[in-house]
Amino acid sequence: MVENDRFGTLLAHIVLILGVAVVVFPVYVAIIASTHEPGTFLRGVMPLLPGPQGWENYRTVLFEGRSNAGAPPIGGMLWNSFVMAMLIAVGKIAISLLSTFAIVYFRFRFRLFFFWVIFLTLMLPVEVRIVPTFDVVASLGMLNTYAGLTIPLIASATATFLFRQFFMTIPEEMLEAARVDGAGPMKFFKDILVPLSVTNIAAMFVIMFIYGWNQYLWPLLITTDDSYYTVVMGIQRMVTGADSEPLWHLVMATVVLAALPPILVILFMQRLFVKGLTETEK
Amino acid sequence: MARIVMDGLSKVYAGGVKAVTDVSLDVADGEMIVLVGPSGCGKSTLLRMVAGLETISAGTLTIGDRVVNQLEPAQRDIAMVFQNYALYPHMTVRGNLAYGLKNRGTPADEIARRVAQAAEMLEIAPFLDRKPRQLSGGQRQRVAMGRALVREPAAFLFDEPLSNLDAKLRVQMRVEIKQLQRRLGTTSLYVTHDQLEALTLADRLVVLNGGVIEQVGTPMELYDRPATVFVAGFIGSPAMNMVAMPYLREQGAVPGLPSGTDLVGMRPDDLSLTPPDGDHLTLRGSVVLLEPAGAESHVYLTLKGSRQAVTLRTQGLPAVREGDEVSLHAPLRALHPFDEATGKRVG
Repeated sequence: MVENDRFGTLLAHIVLILGVAVVVFPVYVAIIASTHEPGTFLRGVMPLLPGPQGWENYRTVLFEGRSNAGAPPIGGMLWNSFVMAMLIAVGKIAISLLSTFAIVYFRFRFRLFFFWVIFLTLMLPVEVRIVPTFDVVASLGMLNTYAGLTIPLIASATATFLFRQFFMTIPEEMLEAARVDGAGPMKFFKDILVPLSVTNIAAMFVIMFIYGWNQYLWPLLITTDDSYYTVVMGIQRMVTGADSEPLWHLVMATVVLAALPPILVILFMQRLFVKGLTETEK
Repeated sequence: MARIVMDGLSKVYAGGVKAVTDVSLDVADGEMIVLVGPSGCGKSTLLRMVAGLETISAGTLTIGDRVVNQLEPAQRDIAMVFQNYALYPHMTVRGNLAYGLKNRGTPADEIARRVAQAAEMLEIAPFLDRKPRQLSGGQRQRVAMGRALVREPAAFLFDEPLSNLDAKLRVQMRVEIKQLQRRLGTTSLYVTHDQLEALTLADRLVVLNGGVIEQVGTPMELYDRPATVFVAGFIGSPAMNMVAMPYLREQGAVPGLPSGTDLVGMRPDDLSLTPPDGDHLTLRGSVVLLEPAGAESHVYLTLKGSRQAVTLRTQGLPAVREGDEVSLHAPLRALHPFDEATGKRVG
């Protein structure tokens, strides 16, 4: 049994290491590539060791850009992406919490109808309704604004269902105790529901932040002013924008920078995030 | 401190289910009333109607000198202890106790004073800064009581507050609740399905069955003179034996019971294996099972010539064995005559 176990452990580790390698290798290549000189890639051999140009490349993409090659500095783009992801995450959580609160705790006319309307938004993500949504946003004059970037993405129900599941596990007596304690509906929401949902909110925040950060098609459609470009679409512009060969070393530096914020968000919120998805509070 | 008057209270749920029908009850100031009955008898619903957590379909409810039918729970000046305690898990014990007062705009120093007082009274002062999940069941129970206490309400409402505790703690908390209620003199309604808890706590007991009051009275009144077959069977443990009148006549043992009696109740305690002094009734039966329980024993018998099971309770261990045929005796004054058709006591 002992030998068997040792072999099993070994096998498991080999499989895991292979798996990690498959995932990590491209990231490694991107990091390596971002430290080389422009000419390195045109020779057709992919270097596997860091080059001398790391600092220089990052400085270039962050502050200078290569406007003539279709690559504006990405400092502003990172900021745009951050604002967009934040607004989407916060906005979605706010409206989901409120709509869940309404649906779970209030008996109003057409409650079921509204429930299904919210449910319906799940089947209609932005990509599906992109043409009419674009038309609406354009008519409202929201092209090239943060509002235009975020509002259409906020209006969907993903988080509503997670919160509904959670609210249903809160015992009825909690609400009754709060009523006896003199808490009105909004007070109950603020003092009890929201604090109890903290871990769920954190989990939702991580998911929504990354969702917002990774948006590509929508920002590509509605921004024409490069001061509203987001970093994900910036990558694409860098690759295809210019007539010349893509500046791979700069593209890769951008990619690395674009991947950082979501990683940071996950690192900082990991504890809450895991708790929120796995633990149900009594 | 307040009198609670229920006048013809009824609860009909959407769909026509009647949970409580025409309940009238006058609870005196400072009185401890226990609502007792089997599950689904409407006792919790009645309590929740008083609390304001269920709407009242008909009748009027007065707390103090206000009709409170339309008032929110918080405006009724009551405090409630829930079966699962319903403590706010994200707040400390102190936060739990203070929350209701804060919502009422009580000044901070007054809150601190009351919380300290309640914490001392319930011996939870060392836990004030812990979260509920760090407490044991008994401690949580105390916090739940404390939350009611700090409010200094007109009435306490208890909804089976001890049923989540183990047997030993339950007895201990029962005693404490009773002492606390005596000391504070706050009008209390207490719901339980445990008849022992009911008997020991109540100033007056209300037995509910099917949403209707069966009988109201002091524990001893209910025990000594149950008004219905249901109450007779529900109050007292082991339950009262019910023997049909025709059987008693067949045995030639027809005592002078009021006319219209067709069911005779005998408490297991009143039955004995040796003839008591005075007039008594004697039956024969065989021992099915002997159950020693320390200071007392329960003897399960089958009456001779029928399949009627009866239980007898006696001090110590009686000198009988399973299978023995024995005589059992009941004093005539301890018989409870009932009309089987109406379920009511006769005479």
